[in-house]
Amino acid sequence: MATIELKQVAKKFGNNWAVKPMDLTIADGEFVCLLGPSGCGKTTTLRMISGLEAVTEGAILLDRRDVTWRHPSDRDIAFVFQFYALYPHMSVRENIAFPLQAEGEKKENIDKRVAEVVDLLRIGHLLKARPSKLSGGDQQRVALARALVRRPAAFLMDEPLGALDAELRETMRAEIKQLHLAQHATTVYVTHDQVEAMAMSDRIVVMSAAEVQQIGSPAQVYYDPANLFVARFIGSPGMNLLKGRIDGERVQVSGAGNTVPIPASYRSALATTGGDVVAGFRPEAAAISGNGGSMGGEIYAVDMHGSYKLLHVSVGEGEGASIVHIRSDRMAPYTIGSPVRFDIDPDMVRFFDPKSERALGRGIASPAARNDSKREVGQ
Amino acid sequence: MSATGLATAHSVVAPSSRSRKIAATLVILYAVISMVPLAWIFMTSFKTPPDSISYPPKIVFQPSLEGYCNLFTTRSRQTPEYIASLPPPAGVCDEVVRQRNMVIAGPSNYVPRFLNSLIIAFGSTFCAVALGTLAAYAFSRFKVPLADDLMFFILSTRFMPPIAVAIPIYLMYRELGLSDTKLGMIVLYTAVNVSLAVWLLKGFIDEIPREYEEAAMIDGYTRLQAFWKVVLPQATTGIAATAIFCLIFAWNEYAFALMLTSDTARTAPPSIATMLGRGGIEWSAIAAGSLGFLIPVVIVAFALRNYLLRGVTFGAIRQ
Amino acid sequence: MSSVELQHISKRFPTVAALSDVSFTVRDHEFFVLLGPTGAGKTTTLRIIAALLKQDEGSVLFDGEAVDGLTPADRDVAFVFQQYSLYPTMTVYDNLAFPLRSPMRKTPEPEIKERVQHAAEILRITHLLDRKTARLSGGEMQRVSIGRAIVRQPRIFLMDEPLSNLDAKLRESLRVELQHMQKTQGNTTLFVTHDQIEALTMADRIAVLDHGRIIQIGAPADIYDRPATTFVATLVGTPRINLFTAARENGTYFVANSDLHLPMPGDRAMPQQVQVGLRPEDVKITPGGRFTGVVALTEPLGVETILHIRSGQQTLLSILPGITPLRRDDPVRFDILHERLHFFDVDGKRV
Repeated sequence: MATIELKQVAKKFGNNWAVKPMDLTIADGEFVCLLGPSGCGKTTTLRMISGLEAVTEGAILLDRRDVTWRHPSDRDIAFVFQFYALYPHMSVRENIAFPLQAEGEKKENIDKRVAEVVDLLRIGHLLKARPSKLSGGDQQRVALARALVRRPAAFLMDEPLGALDAELRETMRAEIKQLHLAQHATTVYVTHDQVEAMAMSDRIVVMSAAEVQQIGSPAQVYYDPANLFVARFIGSPGMNLLKGRIDGERVQVSGAGNTVPIPASYRSALATTGGDVVAGFRPEAAAISGNGGSMGGEIYAVDMHGSYKLLHVSVGEGEGASIVHIRSDRMAPYTIGSPVRFDIDPDMVRFFDPKSERALGRGIASPAARNDSKREVGQ
Repeated sequence: MSATGLATAHSVVAPSSRSRKIAATLVILYAVISMVPLAWIFMTSFKTPPDSISYPPKIVFQPSLEGYCNLFTTRSRQTPEYIASLPPPAGVCDEVVRQRNMVIAGPSNYVPRFLNSLIIAFGSTFCAVALGTLAAYAFSRFKVPLADDLMFFILSTRFMPPIAVAIPIYLMYRELGLSDTKLGMIVLYTAVNVSLAVWLLKGFIDEIPREYEEAAMIDGYTRLQAFWKVVLPQATTGIAATAIFCLIFAWNEYAFALMLTSDTARTAPPSIATMLGRGGIEWSAIAAGSLGFLIPVVIVAFALRNYLLRGVTFGAIRQ
Repeated sequence: MSSVELQHISKRFPTVAALSDVSFTVRDHEFFVLLGPTGAGKTTTLRIIAALLKQDEGSVLFDGEAVDGLTPADRDVAFVFQQYSLYPTMTVYDNLAFPLRSPMRKTPEPEIKERVQHAAEILRITHLLDRKTARLSGGEMQRVSIGRAIVRQPRIFLMDEPLSNLDAKLRESLRVELQHMQKTQGNTTLFVTHDQIEALTMADRIAVLDHGRIIQIGAPADIYDRPATTFVATLVGTPRINLFTAARENGTYFVANSDLHLPMPGDRAMPQQVQVGLRPEDVKITPGGRFTGVVALTEPLGVETILHIRSGQQTLLSILPGITPLRRDDPVRFDILHERLHFFDVDGKRV
């Protein structure tokens, strides 16, 4: 197994940056996701690590060995594609054995190693089948087996679950994570699905517009986003973000009478700003409060999610109007148009500079410790 | 990277600058080789008849319009005395021709045959594409009984070499009074081309999602209106590509034209070829005629080149 | 707006039965969702209502009157397709005006302008009116598609997975917009999707369809709390429901190869063998819990963490709020909310 190091790696197509210079060090055995919307450069980055794409600048080190200009086959990596790339004219067994045959491995060895991965992925019953006869999930399992059988130094996966339906994706997500925990193979995983990235990764590299936005653990990107993009992109729905002005210990937002509390720990960090901030809080940080409540609005839509409801509240009018998402009890009896008031947990509020869009006072909140049980799930 | 020059050679994906240079050289070489015949025709068309048959061939020569004059005119030989008695030459051609002891007797039939070619090629292309679009739409959208067999049958009409069917067609045309008529040639080329048009256009129309017409029909349009307003505008690339293929065929067709036309409907290809036979080969006139014959197809292909490329890669660039 | 009723609709394709005896009613002003996996017959149903397809048997009624003989244009429905239904050669304005300019309606241009403007405002696409549709993003395209449906006040909106080609964020926000618009305008809407979240979040009522048959019709909470079959139970809810086969043993249901003894409901006759369903949120991690297990996997999603708990050979899912410090192989104790257990017979029917 291996470490992967990207030093100022960048890619230009013509005059356009596909990936702006980025640094990234991936530890041995780490599972790192490259996460971002389509066109953000995540797949290009992965393809540069694999050698399928040449870098424009920078160097790539695999296990401290410079492989920047090595052929993909000399890099000792395995690549798993979204569309499986299984050879349709070969049986499952032949597909899995194929990379070993390419290396001129002995027959007994091939049999042994195929048997191992087949066991690991529980696809023994499929060995004689043709790939086209398999379900999407099984095809992806075979693709994983073909990658695993080589015992490469690192796995690169390009949206391997992208073509599967939601239910299967959930299952395969857990399977791949189990597999990783069992093998501890260094893995770089590309996805546009933040749920997948959160659920699977040790660390997430959030990318947008060819640039790295934040590198951090799932807890860090969720509770302490580096900028507005990350705050919006992580979470379903993303963070509520309201423009406002600092007024003593609170931020005035979205029209008269609506305020968001400023936690004591942030006050000095916010003192240096001109007074305009964007206040952000997650949907679970707001709670409907009978009367009182520092914020008020009108129910815009109500989403039943089974175990909970998501309330969409329209707050303020005209320019400052926005929709605030609140995670609420599944029995919450609200109808569209009814007025509500709500409070925001001060510990869960984050702040951003409206101009630079960067987070203010990052690191003040200690994300790893957020294991609050304030909210009861269900019921 | 310090060792970039050497190192890039290892990358499989980006071609190295050396391989780029080799590729460029090959492409240029190929382009030059394929341009030689064209350049030769171009040069020959400006040579005098003696220059055009001189051996070794002349690369440097005195350009002359004699080839073009001979192409567009018929001439008669006269005595020098008679020529001397004529009033001064009225144009360039008069002058050129008199140097060879000849006078212009009248226009040649190159222009009418060129016009025949234009009318027949464009007419048959229009008919083939129009019929082909409708047929392709029907095959693409409706459950046509025996659709696969019909499609194969349509294609099979192209299997036969023209020579094999030329005589039956000739007899048929003579009975119908269509032989040596422009209409006859348009009908014939349309029949040949429509199979190509149906096959090509069916592919293009299959690519246009039927949701478009369904949406239009739900919105209150008939199928024909939906076809006209919604399908046709989106099929333009395919239609343009198909039209060019049809036009190229009809423009260049030789065998049918040679057998089924003699004078009124004769097209340019057989007419240029028969110039070979008339007492002494006028290479410079043939070259000039060929050059003129190239022009319409070049213009059309150039005007539609974007459509053509997009049409050919239609499936690939669609989202 | 109208109510739409399907009576015993059946449709066969050469090789398969697409629909078998499908009946349901979409009430006036209702947001009705047809939910089912690919190939369940959802789109076929929609196309039959729009007259793009003819049923073999049964009848379609609008406001109590059969419309089986009417053409698509005459049924006066609006159809929003999954994709592709915008005309790429026209501007957004012309796309929106297209249904109003049809020979059936021949609306005068000033009125067209007014109605297009109004629809564009509702959907916030006024700034796009002059653009060619090929230049729009996916979300904008789908807004325009919906706009083309609302310009003409049809009797019913038929929507065929209109959100499925959009990215997650856009889907979220359009879901909210659609729900708001439908509720405030009162449009009768029949919405087809394979996405259970779309169904739960937007529907007044859901019909679950599988292999051309209606499995269950009910409000989202009904479908979620009282699934009629194991199929419905697994189709609805993320993370998916825990489903175990259990057999009677000493007055409890015992899940084979596990340490799970589940209580038997005493109020009804129960079979020897059952399938037990248990939603992850009903598995409560508490220090004094009755059951024990080991953490097999944690999936932190931010707002909550999915916990895979191993009990014997079985794994069950639970949900914890926030991001948990629990790690793989940590022992945990948990309770199960008895009243929220779902029992199904071996064929998958709710007991």
